[in-house]
Amino acid sequence: MEDTRKTVLRTQHLGITFGGLKAVSDFNIEIKEGELVGLIGPNGAGKTTVFNLLTGVYKPTEGAIFLYDEKISGKKSHQVVQAGIARTFQNIRLFHQMTVIENVLVAFTKDVKYGLFSAIFRTPAFWKTEKELHEKAMELLKIFSLDDKADVVASNLPYGEQRKLEIARALATNMKVLLLDEPAAGMNPTETADLLKCIKVIREKFKVAILLIEHDMSLVMNVCERIQVISFGQTIAAGLPEEIANNQQVIEAYLGK
Amino acid sequence: MKKENTAFRYLINLVAIIILMVVFVVLSFHSNNTLKLKVAPAVWQCCYLIIMAASLNLVLGYLGQLSLGHCGFMAVGAYTSALISLALQRAGFYTEKNSIQFAITLIISIVAAAVVAALIGVIVGIPALRLKGDYLAIITLGFGMIIVNLINNIPFCGQQGLAEGAASSALYANGLGFTNDEKQSFMWVGVLIVVLCMTTMVMFVRSKFGRVIRAIRDNEIATSATGNDISYYKILTFVFSAFFAGIAGALYSCANVSLATTSFAFTNGSILNSVFIVVTVVVGGMGSMTGSVIAAIGMFLLNYTIKNGSWVNALPEFLKNVFTYPMLVYSIALVIVILFRPKGIMGDKELSLFDIPGYPKRIASYFKNKKAAKEV
Ligand SMILES: Nc1ncnc2c1ncn2[C@@H]1O[C@H](COP(=O)(O)OP(=O)(O)OP(=O)(O)O)[C@@H](O)[C@H]1O
Ligand SMILES: [Mg+2]
Repeated sequence: MEDTRKTVLRTQHLGITFGGLKAVSDFNIEIKEGELVGLIGPNGAGKTTVFNLLTGVYKPTEGAIFLYDEKISGKKSHQVVQAGIARTFQNIRLFHQMTVIENVLVAFTKDVKYGLFSAIFRTPAFWKTEKELHEKAMELLKIFSLDDKADVVASNLPYGEQRKLEIARALATNMKVLLLDEPAAGMNPTETADLLKCIKVIREKFKVAILLIEHDMSLVMNVCERIQVISFGQTIAAGLPEEIANNQQVIEAYLGK
Repeated sequence: MKKENTAFRYLINLVAIIILMVVFVVLSFHSNNTLKLKVAPAVWQCCYLIIMAASLNLVLGYLGQLSLGHCGFMAVGAYTSALISLALQRAGFYTEKNSIQFAITLIISIVAAAVVAALIGVIVGIPALRLKGDYLAIITLGFGMIIVNLINNIPFCGQQGLAEGAASSALYANGLGFTNDEKQSFMWVGVLIVVLCMTTMVMFVRSKFGRVIRAIRDNEIATSATGNDISYYKILTFVFSAFFAGIAGALYSCANVSLATTSFAFTNGSILNSVFIVVTVVVGGMGSMTGSVIAAIGMFLLNYTIKNGSWVNALPEFLKNVFTYPMLVYSIALVIVILFRPKGIMGDKELSLFDIPGYPKRIASYFKNKKAAKEV
């Protein structure tokens, strides 16, 4: 079956060197609209580094990144997010002293049309925008059933909900590609099942492309349409889940020869 | 956010402000020696301390960056306003302080003080805010020292004003400087300026700007990962804060007939030391505007009683010695507050007029809980 969907995110020979260490080299990936691709590999393989490259946290030393046809490598982190790539972090990075709804509102900031003058003089534009943003934020929180905790301080949420809030916040940036860095790490089976449901809902509602890093193999094999495997910064395999599961090189990378 | 409730809150606060202003207008025109010689100078000092603490709180409490040079901006504001008002006075624009011309001069001086301080804020902020933590603290500390030396050596800023006399660390002429009588009759102006500044800062904090800068305080990487340009917001906040420090400087020049750069210097043990302002913000609560107001008034009163209280003289000799080192007393005050309220008096909460009716209940339940905790 020919895939007619447009390519959203594409990298060309992407690589980065830290001092002498080639953390990632010749990394090529293509993600189509609405697709869910898995990125797996043993510890220290360079998965998070790929995310940092894609979101502009690190500048690539080689290669380029394209979002649709726009070159985004070389842009600053916030510009990349504004262009349409949002992410979550392996170690949760919430605004922990702020409330749940404020966490989401911060991600809406680029849609805020009022400036300093309107904010200080509380013009009608200010009230209108704030009201709209609050409504939008509540809608988003509802999807993650966090709406009844909108005014709870983020650090008081249980772990699973903190993860969910981080995903909600990433979605608030109105992105085209969502990068999830080990969303199920540290979750118990019920929380993982809940997360799976969330990912399904996100895909249906937002039609976004997702790139997922995950160590939980059953989860990866379950939800990913395609999987790419890296080890020591090199892509060692890419393909459908069944192909990956039976790939000799992948098994060796994980278990050692 | 419930709209009706918000409107009601605004109304109540407006009424409170009007009552406050009426009280001060009445006090301003009431003839009384205590008012004139004690209360009025104290009110002026509190005015600039409140604005200093609140504006530093924007950077320290909300943005989460330690700046140790805040009084440098105040010095810039004080000198700018003094020189401009002096020039206008010499040009014959106003002769009496009780005139519309002086009102215009005052407004021009305050605006100029704020704008010049903000410009210096841009110049200092752009390179300095690339640094974080201790490094930022050190560079802003350096800025505070440099600005004092710079003012001392500006060739056109002499003892008697612009282009009058050799460069000097003191300015003995000041167009704004109020006498004691004037301090009292213009007291309400100082209070009005504080109200306006505080309102502006609170509005800033309670908008997208406040949200983003608190996000930066909590996690910089996540803030840029949600599409916000953190350098822009950092510099904006720093400049905004310097703007108000400039206004505080203008109020300082109103309250003092002559200016000396040593008052703003880091080595100075008085309350116009940048570290003292940092302590005030911490005592009030980082991230609480009302906390800064309470702490500024509280620290002022502490400073006042140490210096003027007759009870100090009644103390035994060794305790009296402690009080000759005010900085020591402030440190002790800081330690005591931090012991009982680790996040400052107000933490990151605000004191709202709406909460006051609920206080008796809350205090009662606080003691009940404490008792219950003890029994368990
Ligand atoms: N800023 C950096 N400076 C130097 N080395 C780095 C830097 N960031 C990552 N590395 C190195 O790059 C390699 C890949 O790290 P990365 O965090 O991408 O691994 P990972 O695949 O996400 O592993 P894990 O599954 O444990 O999260 C590691 O050897 C790491 O030490
Ligand atoms: Mg990782």
